[in-house]
Amino acid sequence: MSTADLHTCTGAYVLHALPAAERDRFEGHLADCEACAQEVKELAATAQRLGLAVAAPPPAELRARVLQQITTVRQEPPRLPARARVRAWTRSAPRLALAACLAAAVALGGVAVWQHQSAEDARDRARRVEQQAAELTAVLAAPDAKTVTGPVGGDSTGTVVVSEERNRAAFLASSLPDLPAGKTYQLWFDDKGTMRPAGLVAGGGRNEAVLMDGPVDGASGMGVTVEPEGGSPRPTTEPIGQMAFPT
Amino acid sequence: MRAAESSPAGAPSPDGDLEARLTEVARGDQAAFAVVYDAVSGPVFGLVRSVLRDPAQSEEVTQEVLVELWRTAARFRPDRGSVMTWVLTLAHRRAVDRVRSAEASAAREHKAALLDQLPAYDEVTEQVETRLEQQRVRRCLRTLTGLQREAVALAYYRGLTYREVAQLLTVPLGTVKTRLRDGLIRLRDCLGVSA
Ligand SMILES: [Zn+2]
Repeated sequence: MSTADLHTCTGAYVLHALPAAERDRFEGHLADCEACAQEVKELAATAQRLGLAVAAPPPAELRARVLQQITTVRQEPPRLPARARVRAWTRSAPRLALAACLAAAVALGGVAVWQHQSAEDARDRARRVEQQAAELTAVLAAPDAKTVTGPVGGDSTGTVVVSEERNRAAFLASSLPDLPAGKTYQLWFDDKGTMRPAGLVAGGGRNEAVLMDGPVDGASGMGVTVEPEGGSPRPTTEPIGQMAFPT
Repeated sequence: MRAAESSPAGAPSPDGDLEARLTEVARGDQAAFAVVYDAVSGPVFGLVRSVLRDPAQSEEVTQEVLVELWRTAARFRPDRGSVMTWVLTLAHRRAVDRVRSAEASAAREHKAALLDQLPAYDEVTEQVETRLEQQRVRRCLRTLTGLQREAVALAYYRGLTYREVAQLLTVPLGTVKTRLRDGLIRLRDCLGVSA
């Protein structure tokens, strides 16, 4: 697709009418094209008017339900200014690789995401995802990697790979059951009975290895719980799986 | 004349207000969130319902959108548009995702059914503000060419991709892409939208 073609994508983009691959390509362009960024902003504000025109009051009981639910949902922190570091990285990274990372990193994607994050954020996120992937590979391939397997939930099996040398651990589950909306799987390091948050399992963990957040630091094992969307500072439910690290 | 078209009557600059409330929401203020809920839940629900049609699913998606708003309030960027634009973009995205994941549903495959129900605001509404907004938008939609109007409405109110629109209206892909853009540009100018 030529650049001239890309400039004409603004309308389809704000209407969420671009198929995923074309959307990702356009977003790569959007980060660099001032004219398209301005047009997307205006056309999104225009599309919004089409939405206002069909406004209709939701059922009254929804209000109480939503206000109740938010009391259990953790909020995302504001953006971190990490510009200098990120710029240095962007310069050295080939453009195409960056676009590919963005496609992978921005799961939701699209104009709503663009509206609340800067290109730097997206690049920063892409960079972190890339680093995590590299670290994950390193843990799985570490010469001192040790593996332990145990039951998680009803019928699933979890596997933990620990590398003492790298001080990191990875978790892999086969077919964890789907969770209802608003719930997520959360991982924990077991520091002699105290559970330390070690990240969420994105996308329900469908046969994908995830790098556990933070260093192992002598943890004796790990656990998995079901938590409200966004995760919890400490477990709020009984673990559905627990494994002691191999020694 | 233009200025009058661009600010919804009876709601003096609600956006500055909403933005201030959202800043409080970002700090975890649940009372401020209730105020934001009251301002945006009608537009969100109406939009989601116009895409999904099914009331139960629409309610579910509306709830998801509003919880997402709570979760990500700190990430809102005023330089990229108003609070309402952001929320409705989020709502549209969620509704479109849902309708595409349920693609198998028979109704969507019927061309006649899709074309029949356009545009989506034939329902009587009691809210004055919405009625006025409807009149303005409908008047401006009439300034679009037939193809522009159908393409924009199918993409926005029915959640079709531009490829699906092209197929449905039997026009070339490139034409649809261009019509979506120049249709929205014409609408922007008629409504006096500035961003
Ligand atoms: Zn451009």
